[in-house]
Amino acid sequence: MIQVNGKDFEWEEDLTVQKLLEKKRYTYPKIIVKVNDHLIPKEEYELTPIHDGDDVKVIHLLAGG
Amino acid sequence: MNVKEMLKEHKLLAEFRYELGQIERGYTNRSLYVNLSEHRIESKPVTEMMKEKFIGGKGFGLWYLWNAVTSETKWNDPENEIIISSGPLGGITQYPGAGKSLVVTLSPLTGLVIDSNVGGYFGPLLKFSGWDALEIQGKADKDVIIFIDGNEGTVRIEETPLEATDSHILGEQLTEMYAESEEDKRNISVVTAGSAGDHTLIGLLNFTFYDVRRKAVRLKQAGRGGIGTVFRDKKIKALVVRFRGVKGDLNHPADISKINKAGIKLHKEINKFDAVQNRMRQIGTANIIEVMNEYDLLPVHNYKFGSHPDADKIASNVFVEKYITQGLPDGCWYGCSLSCAKAADKFEIKTGPYKGQLVTVDGPEYENAAGLGANCGIFDPEYILESNFYCDTYGIDTISFGTITAFVMECYESGIINKEITGGLALYFGNADAAMELLHQMARGEGFGKIAGQGIRRMKKLFIEQYGADPDFLQDIGMEQKGLEYSEYLPKESLAQQGGYGLTNKGPQHDEAWLIFMDMVNNQIPTFEDKAEALHYFPMFRTWFGLNGLCKLPWNDIIPESNATADEPAKIPEHVQNYVDIFNGVTGKNIDKEELILQSERVYNFQRVFNIRMGHGKREDDKIPYRSAGPVTVEEYESRQERYDRQLIELLNYNPEGKATEEKIKVLRKYREEQYEKLVDAVYKRRGWTNNGIPKLETLQKLGIDFPEVVEVVKPYL
Repeated sequence: MIQVNGKDFEWEEDLTVQKLLEKKRYTYPKIIVKVNDHLIPKEEYELTPIHDGDDVKVIHLLAGG
Repeated sequence: MNVKEMLKEHKLLAEFRYELGQIERGYTNRSLYVNLSEHRIESKPVTEMMKEKFIGGKGFGLWYLWNAVTSETKWNDPENEIIISSGPLGGITQYPGAGKSLVVTLSPLTGLVIDSNVGGYFGPLLKFSGWDALEIQGKADKDVIIFIDGNEGTVRIEETPLEATDSHILGEQLTEMYAESEEDKRNISVVTAGSAGDHTLIGLLNFTFYDVRRKAVRLKQAGRGGIGTVFRDKKIKALVVRFRGVKGDLNHPADISKINKAGIKLHKEINKFDAVQNRMRQIGTANIIEVMNEYDLLPVHNYKFGSHPDADKIASNVFVEKYITQGLPDGCWYGCSLSCAKAADKFEIKTGPYKGQLVTVDGPEYENAAGLGANCGIFDPEYILESNFYCDTYGIDTISFGTITAFVMECYESGIINKEITGGLALYFGNADAAMELLHQMARGEGFGKIAGQGIRRMKKLFIEQYGADPDFLQDIGMEQKGLEYSEYLPKESLAQQGGYGLTNKGPQHDEAWLIFMDMVNNQIPTFEDKAEALHYFPMFRTWFGLNGLCKLPWNDIIPESNATADEPAKIPEHVQNYVDIFNGVTGKNIDKEELILQSERVYNFQRVFNIRMGHGKREDDKIPYRSAGPVTVEEYESRQERYDRQLIELLNYNPEGKATEEKIKVLRKYREEQYEKLVDAVYKRRGWTNNGIPKLETLQKLGIDFPEVVEVVKPYL
């Protein structure tokens, strides 16, 4: 199990930031991703693994019309 | 008929000559007062108190209106005013989004103050003509225009018997009439309503600017709350301002280098990031159509659902690829490199009085695509563009029209109304032809369109009294609050956004607070106290744009690099500092980000007291229709059954297994309604209000708005 934005989410083998975004359908382009408080640059999403127990924050910077 | 012949028929009712004066640090220090009943035109001083307490823009509008009306005044009394004011930062050309006008009046829909923020050139040209605000009171006998010549120093009231009423024609006619040459057209801005202002309560105002690249008049809208209806009730056909000589330093700022520095920084960000962030320069606010659908937030079928399989037919790229002209910098004021004022050119109209004509359609904005399209189950981009065009030229608020049409469609499908009542219109979801005819009927003041044009609150009463509709059901599904129709986001899964809509001053419009992602997706504000803090900070911060003549979009529709490491990324701290800097740069004051919020808080609380004065503004007025908080019908619940069942288990320890959907709806509803009430408690506490939503004396004292007449309003409730 991992935490995504403070809520439980099922962990699986070979999970990366990119895969997590796809599974959560987080398609919005203006997001900030942090894994265990460590900022992940966009170009590293595919290569950054997420381990069981990690705390992931996916902050969408959308504050509406 | 050409415009010279029309001009010959104008009858001068009053003329006023004035010294041109000079703007100092963002202010002309006077306002223009026009009384249409008495043909009286006067200059009024803008006092230091007004600048200190109310800043400008919406703040000035509220102060003038407060002094013009009593608690008994109705929207169509001559005492009601329309006030247009930009604000001290309005008209600067160095920082994007600085050409806004704020319009304030008593709304025919709500009976309360409505304020609407609009682009186009009118507000800045009014200021450069020598006026911080235009205050219009009284009613004319026949159709008039008010013409302000900011170079000659004259103001005239003229009867105008021959001009068109619909805005896309009237804007062209008056621009042609008052411009001395093609080159001079950019110096003209016109404010118009349209034919629907005579027949509906959802009339809007169009503010023009002349697009020199297209050689066409463009229309931007002060949409919400029926301001166009008040305008037409005063028999105003149009306002026209002409000012030649716009320059970057006309505000005579105290320190122009501060403004330049912030502006250059933002221009660079826009240039670097817009294409990979929101694509505002490509498609404007419509970039989020598919985002809202993906996150289950796009209102579909009168807010029953948050997404639809056909939404890809109205996705932003459809408009980009087929309809919206690309490669033109579409700013609605000089210097706005965010350029989101997109338009479809040479669009062929298929219905109504302008059938067969090729027109320029301003938009679609996100709200138009969502409200006219998805919420009515119409996934047809050409319908969206055509109804957008007609709403604008007839002067109908697209948001109210979309939400009203969605409501009557649900009533039609539920059997509350039928073809006999609608005069033959089969108003089921997805019927674009029927929706279009409803729109034309509103403009003509005929048939069921005339009824629908009165707004959802009045329709609910009518359907209950005349057609035996269930009042509870209509209260649940009629997406209005305080009399104003909801704007186009689905707040069911965000308690904070339910408050963002419900705890507003003017009614459920998202310009006060849009917290859905912070709350529902990011989970950044999990507790009631967190949500209350957000429902304090963001409405106050957003109010500030309307005090200063600014657009909200350059604040958070472009994100600087620094935001990735910011402590409070939702606030976009670097951009907040830009606003502090440009305010200080123009006015010579020395505010900080805390004082910025206090400036808004004064005006916000004053508006709340104004609502109380008008007989509302209390807790009972902040209740919301249940459709905005949760599933009303079995169909809605079952469409997201997994989500709702899981919530029953996790939040309420309630086992949904084997339970009827009606029973589960009831349990979920009780929980969600309690949550909303707890949120209201927390927000009132944070805002310094009583449990009944009344600003406490110490709050008014802290803000320095404890004027005797303000205290007199709240005292009976404390």
